[in-house]
Amino acid sequence: MVNGINLALQFLDSFAFIVLAAAGLAIIFGIMGVINLAHGEFILVGAYATTLSATKLGLPLAAAMLVGTLVTAAFGVVVERFVISGAVPNWIGQRTVGRDFVEPLYDRLADSMVATFGLSLIMVQGARVVFGNSIDTVGTPFGNIAYGAFSYSTYRIVLSGVSIALLVGVYYIFTRTEYGMTARATIQDEETARALGVDTERIYMATFAIGSGLAGLTGALFAPTLSMQPTLGDQFLVEAFVAVVVGGPSVVLGTALSGGVLGAIQAVFTNLYGTFFGRIALLAAAMVALRFLPDGITGFIETVQSRRQEGE
Amino acid sequence: MNRSSVSRRQFLGASGAAVVAGLAGCSGGQGQSGATTDTASSADVVKIGVLEDQSGNFALVGAPKHKASMLAIEEINANGGIDGKQIETYATDPQSDNQRYQELTREMINENDVDVLWAGYSSATREAIRPTIDRNEQLYFYTTQYEGGVCDKYTFAVGPTARQQLGIVLPYLREEFGPKIYTIAADYNFGQLSADWVKVLADENDAEVVGEEFIPLSESSFGSVINNIQDADPDFVMSMLVGANHTAFYKQKASAGLDVPIGTSTAMAQGYEHRRLDPPAMANIYAGVNYMEEVPTESNTGDGGFVDRYYEKYPDAPYLNEEAETNYFSTYMYKKAVEQAGTLEQPEVIEALESGIELGTERAPEAPEGETIKLDGATHHVDHHMWVMKADDQHNVEAVKNEQIPEQFLSETVGCNLPENPETTQYTPVDYFEEAE
Repeated sequence: MVNGINLALQFLDSFAFIVLAAAGLAIIFGIMGVINLAHGEFILVGAYATTLSATKLGLPLAAAMLVGTLVTAAFGVVVERFVISGAVPNWIGQRTVGRDFVEPLYDRLADSMVATFGLSLIMVQGARVVFGNSIDTVGTPFGNIAYGAFSYSTYRIVLSGVSIALLVGVYYIFTRTEYGMTARATIQDEETARALGVDTERIYMATFAIGSGLAGLTGALFAPTLSMQPTLGDQFLVEAFVAVVVGGPSVVLGTALSGGVLGAIQAVFTNLYGTFFGRIALLAAAMVALRFLPDGITGFIETVQSRRQEGE
Repeated sequence: MNRSSVSRRQFLGASGAAVVAGLAGCSGGQGQSGATTDTASSADVVKIGVLEDQSGNFALVGAPKHKASMLAIEEINANGGIDGKQIETYATDPQSDNQRYQELTREMINENDVDVLWAGYSSATREAIRPTIDRNEQLYFYTTQYEGGVCDKYTFAVGPTARQQLGIVLPYLREEFGPKIYTIAADYNFGQLSADWVKVLADENDAEVVGEEFIPLSESSFGSVINNIQDADPDFVMSMLVGANHTAFYKQKASAGLDVPIGTSTAMAQGYEHRRLDPPAMANIYAGVNYMEEVPTESNTGDGGFVDRYYEKYPDAPYLNEEAETNYFSTYMYKKAVEQAGTLEQPEVIEALESGIELGTERAPEAPEGETIKLDGATHHVDHHMWVMKADDQHNVEAVKNEQIPEQFLSETVGCNLPENPETTQYTPVDYFEEAE
């Protein structure tokens, strides 16, 4: 017998997990055409920075989370300058041998995957070398809410609220700010945007920083609920990639819709048949979606809209 | 150019390629190994091979095993070696990768020509290298706690089995809290077989498994698992969760307010969760183990004991875990066997080990004063001294029960007798117990 409150809370939990896991990846992929296979390790940076600032520096948890997010965003800028755009190696190249060393990785899917995969290996092993096989964790705040024979961690419910706020925030940034408008112009037509005076280099750098910061925020938010070890990013990857593929080209709407659809499917199956079948249902849903909606949910919506316009 | 030209299909193709590339690394080809020369060891040194994970997934739990082996070898060398011969150590990091294990095992046997090999954390690793071990008739110690049932002429599985670990903690919890058990276990070989043992032991102890759930190793969200346990309302939970992702269960059950007692064969003793997690995540958890750093025997926590010697050599080590002790004492078992056999020839050393090597408490810190740890020659397993270790809400660990528990499955149920009938089989409880089906 499925308890209605259990189901609702499980849905919120799954929704928050999927949206937070996918947000940073979706932005970097959607806008820059870079598949960041080190996404899990950006989450790791956020989680470790948060945990260490709380345990070693004694910061309150909320401040530690802010530190975790900012550290990851700053780290994202460094990675963008050195690896993704190659600006720093090229700057050195121009001054030493008089030519560029590397081509930027924008829109080079396979190349960006290989580069970021290498980065992820370095980061996992680097974390192991520097911090050891695990670090002490912080406890989960807020206690629990009890209902009947059941109880649920309050913090997990708070996370679903945060995930919705995050979607609203990203939506606001991309539709209401100057950065958002120029970023969208760059997505639609990079050359025209540049001709009109948009500094696309800076847009890419800012976008990568925002995407990295969101991954860091995910790590920061989940740090109190997970065990801290160098491979902790792996557990987010399946949900993140599935959500991006199912969501389709629109970053915010796609992530929200795939979080909703996949979260609902996972919650129902997990509640009825257990964790194992919840996971199978998630992957099966992704396969079905790809077979019938190859451009994802938002791609399908766009197709329907353009057909309707043609019909008028 | 048009940025949205990066299509879903390209994304998929590219991601697919990455996944395939990742998997290719995992499927090790079982190459043919050359002719063995395991009887041609040079006589003036003892060559010991140690393959324990110091990086990769099992680094957290594998590193203490490596360290404890090195400690034992250093001690033995400082005290005159084995039968007057110094030990030469061959140790490489297999990086928690089974393919690497297969390569390194062949290298240890064919190139380094080791007299004895310690290798592997997980059962999957053991099964990946056992064919090579058996083909080369290589003396091999597997020291991790495991599901049990390996009856193999060349393998000495000296860690405690699931039946020994669950066999100390389950009866204790049945006695203390009542008969209704809920099982949660990792969804693979070890977890499934351990859950079968819970059913067998429940039956023997007049208890009942009211629910069980198997959880994929990649899962780290436990909201519904916690709800399911609350729904079944058991007297206690048996948890055989495995790995870093599953560790999150203990934090999440604490923050959800689930306070039912939990018995486990996996938590605390291997990955020292009571040190790594913030209290009260491990409150009310009872581990059935042969060894933890906190085991209160004189030779363990006493002055100059095992714990002191370990941290003297490794001041920065985070914890001294269950398998580390097994690596440690099995090295001394090997020493004793070689000295009894009077040779490094592996068939003779195996024969000596099969004669029933015993260790006093000094080298087997899990046993209290006056007891010994005995290797059962017929099954190549150890009659361990087992403990129930309880963590309180401040994560202080205390021993609440202890007794010697023999390996029973192979010796009593299966009838494994390796000196008489050399074989290389792994038996499972499903073949012998109705309750396990």
